[in-house]
Amino acid sequence: MSHVIEMLNIRKEFPGIVANDDITLQVEQGEIHAILGENGAGKSTLMSILFGLYRADRGTIKVKGKEVHITNPNDANDLGIGMVHQHFKLVQNFTVTENIILGKESGFILDRRSAAKKIKTLSEQYGLNIDPNSIISDITVGMQQRVEILKMLYRDAEILIFDEPTAVLTPQEIDELMQIMRNLVKEGKSIILITHKLDEIKAVATRCTIIRRGKFIGVVDVSKTTQAEMASMMVGRQVNFKVKKRPAQPKENVLHIEHLNVLNSKKVLGIKDFSLEVRSGEIVGIAGVDGNGQTELVEAITGLRPVVSGNIHINSTDITNANIRQRNEAGLGHIPEDRQKRGLVMTFPISSNMVIKEYYRKPFSKKGLLNDELIRKHAQEICEAFDVRSGEGIDSAAGKLSGGNQQKAIVGREMMLEPNLLIAVQPTRGLDVGAIEYIHRRLVEHRDAGHAVLLVSFELDEIFNLSDRIAVMNSGQLIDIVKTTETNEEEIGLMMTGVKIREVSNEDTI
Amino acid sequence: MKIQFKSNAFVIALSAVILGLIAGGIFMALIGSNPFEGFLYLFKGGLMNIERVGNTIATAITLMLVGLSVSFAFKTGLFNIGASGQMLVGGLCATLIAHHLFIPRPLYLIVLILAAIVGGAVWGVIPGLLKAKFNVHEVVATIMMNWIAYWSIFYFVPAFLKGPSLETESKSILFEQSLRVKWLNELFGGSEYVNLGIFVAIAAIIIIKFILDKTTLGFELKAVGANRFCAEYAGIKVNRNVIISMMIAGALAGLAGMTFYTGYSRNMQIGVMPSMGFDGIAVALLGASNPIGVFFSALFFGMLQSGKGFMNAMTDIPPEIADTIIATIIYFTATSVLFKRLWDWVAKKMSDIVAQKGGK
Repeated sequence: MSHVIEMLNIRKEFPGIVANDDITLQVEQGEIHAILGENGAGKSTLMSILFGLYRADRGTIKVKGKEVHITNPNDANDLGIGMVHQHFKLVQNFTVTENIILGKESGFILDRRSAAKKIKTLSEQYGLNIDPNSIISDITVGMQQRVEILKMLYRDAEILIFDEPTAVLTPQEIDELMQIMRNLVKEGKSIILITHKLDEIKAVATRCTIIRRGKFIGVVDVSKTTQAEMASMMVGRQVNFKVKKRPAQPKENVLHIEHLNVLNSKKVLGIKDFSLEVRSGEIVGIAGVDGNGQTELVEAITGLRPVVSGNIHINSTDITNANIRQRNEAGLGHIPEDRQKRGLVMTFPISSNMVIKEYYRKPFSKKGLLNDELIRKHAQEICEAFDVRSGEGIDSAAGKLSGGNQQKAIVGREMMLEPNLLIAVQPTRGLDVGAIEYIHRRLVEHRDAGHAVLLVSFELDEIFNLSDRIAVMNSGQLIDIVKTTETNEEEIGLMMTGVKIREVSNEDTI
Repeated sequence: MKIQFKSNAFVIALSAVILGLIAGGIFMALIGSNPFEGFLYLFKGGLMNIERVGNTIATAITLMLVGLSVSFAFKTGLFNIGASGQMLVGGLCATLIAHHLFIPRPLYLIVLILAAIVGGAVWGVIPGLLKAKFNVHEVVATIMMNWIAYWSIFYFVPAFLKGPSLETESKSILFEQSLRVKWLNELFGGSEYVNLGIFVAIAAIIIIKFILDKTTLGFELKAVGANRFCAEYAGIKVNRNVIISMMIAGALAGLAGMTFYTGYSRNMQIGVMPSMGFDGIAVALLGASNPIGVFFSALFFGMLQSGKGFMNAMTDIPPEIADTIIATIIYFTATSVLFKRLWDWVAKKMSDIVAQKGGK
């Protein structure tokens, strides 16, 4: 059988960590080959080596059987390797055509027309459905990703690497992407898919290489392997996908929101007359398509955004106009949506980051003097309890950690505060199944300890898995709140588009 | 075996200094002078005897405090270009005290220091408030404050502190009312300029290092500087820290003004913007905004400053060459990323060679 890509015995070391230890990857012509591994297992490092961003300390790379030396991304492009990055590299105010030919313009005068024609042909050939003349900022995220794919095809890439391609997509866009990937393979391309979502691997991949903590674990035939088998190979133990939990036993109100109105960044109402209660001992999930007011709601509760009218109480304390520290002290914990912007100070060591909300309090400081020893001990405890891995332990700068470990550190910090109300926004974004399982269990434990949890997630699976009640948002309004046991994904999906199911059925009966 | 070699702030600063000196040597050669001779006299001028060492230290005192001021603001993500104005106001307050307050010396020195702190702090806190309340960029605001101080002095000195002979400078402070003391002058072989400010500067360095490393205030200031969004999320009052940071930075520059106008010199001239206010930016850059780094980089720049006159006297090389060297060093410090890459590359090559030899 012919291998288009072979990476043999690759080793790559970073200070304090062996990212890739004797890893072998063999991709066959015309297959979708998934690479599965936990956060920080070394998937991205391996792909960066293939794409010429890093150089391997040891090992060989062969493309179509010939040994090659890839020293920079241009080498990779010349060999027909293209990468669709997680964060798109597009110029927002350029057209699709302009973005695609950027860097590949030939001659002095831009021949947009023939380029656009070629792009249109490619788009039709692979079923991408892209208008070459639309402006990037006008098209959806899913379409932008397809422009990235077109960019690779325009450069005659034979091997396409997809780095966590579904992280930014809606469920429908994910289905479309899967179809596109199948089309690409049908036309003779080969695909490497980096992901830790097992259902996606199951849906499209032919074979799957599994790595764990930088080591090669095995290659499996996807059709003959169950998700549970792959998950346990990845994590090294059995994984439960569904978190076990008893029925909620909600007691008194912890979060109480009444007739809340909040402006969004465009200075129009992003939250309209929103009321919600979250009680101790329950998890309320907010379901909704991204951009329907979830961010504004969370920022209003946590004090990052002023309220126009209405009020918010935590445990009968009115916090509508309280400052952020007062809210924290009233028992608010917050796992923020953007971990890089809000969650951590990237240049600070982990130890400082773990006390960023508590440094001013006993025992971490007394009379304005920091107690370094206790701060370090506290950080050590969080890192051990939440399995935060880093090169230099708690002295590592937060920015040096992998995304998953950053997330675990934030979750750990907020959990350790034992907040009465925990607001968790996308708490498992970018995490692998092992870590997701762990964080889900901790969230349920938090509930069972008699605290309230408000969960915001764009993944319906997660909402259904954790929530006791589901509040559906659309255009800044609360559509309805339903018990998880009394609904299903289709109903919630329909409500997410703004349809009020109960009212509809009422009208039907009239 | 593995070679552990990591580029740090010290290696980078040293690389910048060496390259700056080499560039200065090339300039000297280009104007037809002997660079070795030039450097000999440049260093001799700063360090030749104990008196010249004293003068070097005297120059470094002011640079230390200004460098500290710029570094401190920088830790909170603020760029204090207003050290000159803060120096002028702090110096003016100290000068007023020096002319009018006659009380026992220990008490007098405390009042003098407090006056300089208050003067500088007021000049620093105004841009801080403007930034916090109205989001006025501190670079613009501090530059404006420089000119307000400059022209205020222009009016104030002839009106209230007029000297006996010249219209352009204030009358001299009595020796006993200045920061100069006999024993210190004698200790440094008769250096006129060295003064008690050195103890102020060293104390300030220790206090600022302590604040930044050990206190909750320092934690907050650094958090705001490194990621204001995360600081805000954590409940730290960002605007309050911006104001405090500018206030402390201003106070430090005010102290620098005191050491300059009541120590290094004993009067204030009108129509002169003290250039140390800007040299302090260079000191902070070379010192990697670290108080200890500022201490050494101020001494180094102090040496160049006080050595350039001697070099000029002994050779044909103009004193501007010393300023060119300083400028080149700053240039190299500002591009420190390149050095980091260079040294990391060298370290990698070296460990590769060692690995290969080990393999064979």
